[in-house]
Amino acid sequence: MSLELKPAAGSVRAAAPRRPGGLRRRLRRLDTKLSPYLYIAPFFVVFGLFGLFPLGYTAWVSLTDRNLLNPVVHFVGLQNYTALLHDSYFWNAVENTFGIWVISTVPQLLLALALAHLLNTKLRARTFFRMGILLPQVTSLVAVALIFTQLFSHDYGLFNYVLGQFGIDKVNWEAGRLSSWVALSTMVIWRWTGYNALIYLAAMQAIPEELYEAAAVDGARRWRQFIHVTVPMLRPTIIFTVIVSTIGGLQLFTEAYLFQPRPGIATGGSGRQYQTIVMYLYEKAFGSTQFKFGYAAAIAWCLVLLIAVFSLVNYLVVSRIRSAE
Amino acid sequence: MRSKVKHPWRRRYIVVAALVVVGLAGAAYSAAAAPGTSKAVTLTVDVFGNFGYTDLYKQYEQSHPGVTIKEDTEDYAPHHTSLAQHLATGAGADDIVAIEVGFIAQFAAQSQNFVDLSAYGAKAMKGKYLPWKYEQAVSRNGAVVGLGTDVGSLAICYRKDLFAKAGLPTNRTAVSNLWPTWQKFLAVGKRFQAKAPKNVKFIDSGSNLYNAIIAQQNPAYYDKAGNVIVSTSPKVKTAWNLTMQAIGSGTDAGLSAFSNDWNTGFKKGTFATVTCPAWMMGYIQGQAPKTAGKWDIAAVPGGGGNWGGSFLAIPKQSSHAAEAADLLKFLTSASSQALVFKQTGNLSSQTAVLKSKAVQGFKNAFFSNAPVGQIFATSALRLTPQILGPHQGDFQTAASNAIQRVEQHKQSPAKSWTQFLKDVANAG
Repeated sequence: MSLELKPAAGSVRAAAPRRPGGLRRRLRRLDTKLSPYLYIAPFFVVFGLFGLFPLGYTAWVSLTDRNLLNPVVHFVGLQNYTALLHDSYFWNAVENTFGIWVISTVPQLLLALALAHLLNTKLRARTFFRMGILLPQVTSLVAVALIFTQLFSHDYGLFNYVLGQFGIDKVNWEAGRLSSWVALSTMVIWRWTGYNALIYLAAMQAIPEELYEAAAVDGARRWRQFIHVTVPMLRPTIIFTVIVSTIGGLQLFTEAYLFQPRPGIATGGSGRQYQTIVMYLYEKAFGSTQFKFGYAAAIAWCLVLLIAVFSLVNYLVVSRIRSAE
Repeated sequence: MRSKVKHPWRRRYIVVAALVVVGLAGAAYSAAAAPGTSKAVTLTVDVFGNFGYTDLYKQYEQSHPGVTIKEDTEDYAPHHTSLAQHLATGAGADDIVAIEVGFIAQFAAQSQNFVDLSAYGAKAMKGKYLPWKYEQAVSRNGAVVGLGTDVGSLAICYRKDLFAKAGLPTNRTAVSNLWPTWQKFLAVGKRFQAKAPKNVKFIDSGSNLYNAIIAQQNPAYYDKAGNVIVSTSPKVKTAWNLTMQAIGSGTDAGLSAFSNDWNTGFKKGTFATVTCPAWMMGYIQGQAPKTAGKWDIAAVPGGGGNWGGSFLAIPKQSSHAAEAADLLKFLTSASSQALVFKQTGNLSSQTAVLKSKAVQGFKNAFFSNAPVGQIFATSALRLTPQILGPHQGDFQTAASNAIQRVEQHKQSPAKSWTQFLKDVANAG
């Protein structure tokens, strides 16, 4: 298509000054210039309506004292944001979210890398295993959360039963700060490791065999090949998975929300020990009798900023992996 | 008819779906109504938990041909959250909605969103209700926002078999006499714990104890002028202190009410008493049907108190307000309330029903044939109502969290109390 267009566009440019009145030509010129935009318009219209508009509207709401129960709305400027910066529960939620992110993402990605490496070798029933690790991904998030919550329950949970068999005291998973983080991270790791492994696997298969052969000639064993060939070649993929899991991890909600013993309350445990940022947003907007939409919108925008900044930081950190070139 | 927000995490999709559904439903409705031939009406009723209306719907549908009734049920908290959203957005609410007492002050304050039931003869019902119950759903400008369904008057449910093992009396009169006050109740707890079977505690949860004690106090969280008085109210502090004593004496299982472990506790018998609003009877039977006959019911220490109980209201956005009002009156009528009590234990809020032979003489086989009608009705008739306020529910959540922090050894009672007061201040 571009081959056909180029001469046409050239001739239009050349011909236009000579025959300014040619309506047909002008229409045709309009067609070549505008049509591509029309073709891609549907996406941008939908994105504008359901992506951009809510984003902007949330920004507006965050500057007001909008409350679900109160029809009168006042503009309050940055008041919600200043209040938020002094809100210890917000910072607590930020800390929880990052804590859970670290102990879920780091092992998850390492595990995924290892799994992908194994699946890349000549296994029997390879397709079976490759499909198998993706299975957790297709289970419903709610089902995962509910079942793991049962497994982690204090008195009759499976994990405490197993610990008991080894003579270890019951752990009140939900009550403790670190223990609840571990429990939630387990859910995240269980669900997402396979997904990331599959992405790594796809990238590994694109690494040319010659590189390994060359490395072998240079005397590199398997481990050194992995470190010096596989990981550098995977760099863009690793950056991708880190960014995606940053975005997902900072928005953690369902697992933590359903982990709470009392349904429908979003405080994240009696001491807010595992209340995530989105849970705090939910608590302010819906999960209590306050319905503070303005404040919740401010939380939403702070979350956007946090994700952007943190993704950038992660990008810079991961970029330090020695590039393949 | 309406898209129901059952799972908050699906809300984003629901909003989109709701727009579509509302549009389609509107179209379908105008199409169906245009010929003007049939009076077929579908009425939707949105409740939480179990209101015990199934048989009543059938009765009503039989006596009103053309009426179809659909019930939606959700959990307590999401139910009220989605109701607030539906009212704010002006769409999505059912024709009849249930509102629990913890939320009634807040919803009664926005009477512009509800049908004033006095247009449908609600004022004539005034004399039939416990006076405070009727007043709770009347807004400041005099609109009747809702009519009462049940009240949660209090008693103590206890395990006879466990009491016997710990060498305590098991007869309900004798047990009631053990604890005229909460102090005495805690003392009995210590006696029980000294000889209790292994892994069995006297009470299930500190927050349940606290809820029962606070329900008997007036004023508790709000004073008459509507000010929050939590930090200065001696009555709240008393309830708190009693709860801390119970936790400190090691008689508390420390379970979180409505959690998995709590539910399993009923089945396994890991606690001997539960503070029992009338509706709790239904909950226990549902959770642990195999413990039938092991439970009994004694009087509650302290005075009478109300914990829970609901109202039915009609949002203004309902397109069948008149039909809904008729159904609402039927569901809250004396005969309906009597039937619901027999089936589920939800106690009537109408004086005549409470005094009727049907209720007074009613015994519950699950609870060792205890005269539950008499016990709960007596408690309901003598209880003093509490002044309610809009953030009642949040204070209750904050208190439960505060108590749990102590139960889980995360904070000292004093520190937890300080944080509780901070939470209360933030909720306002």
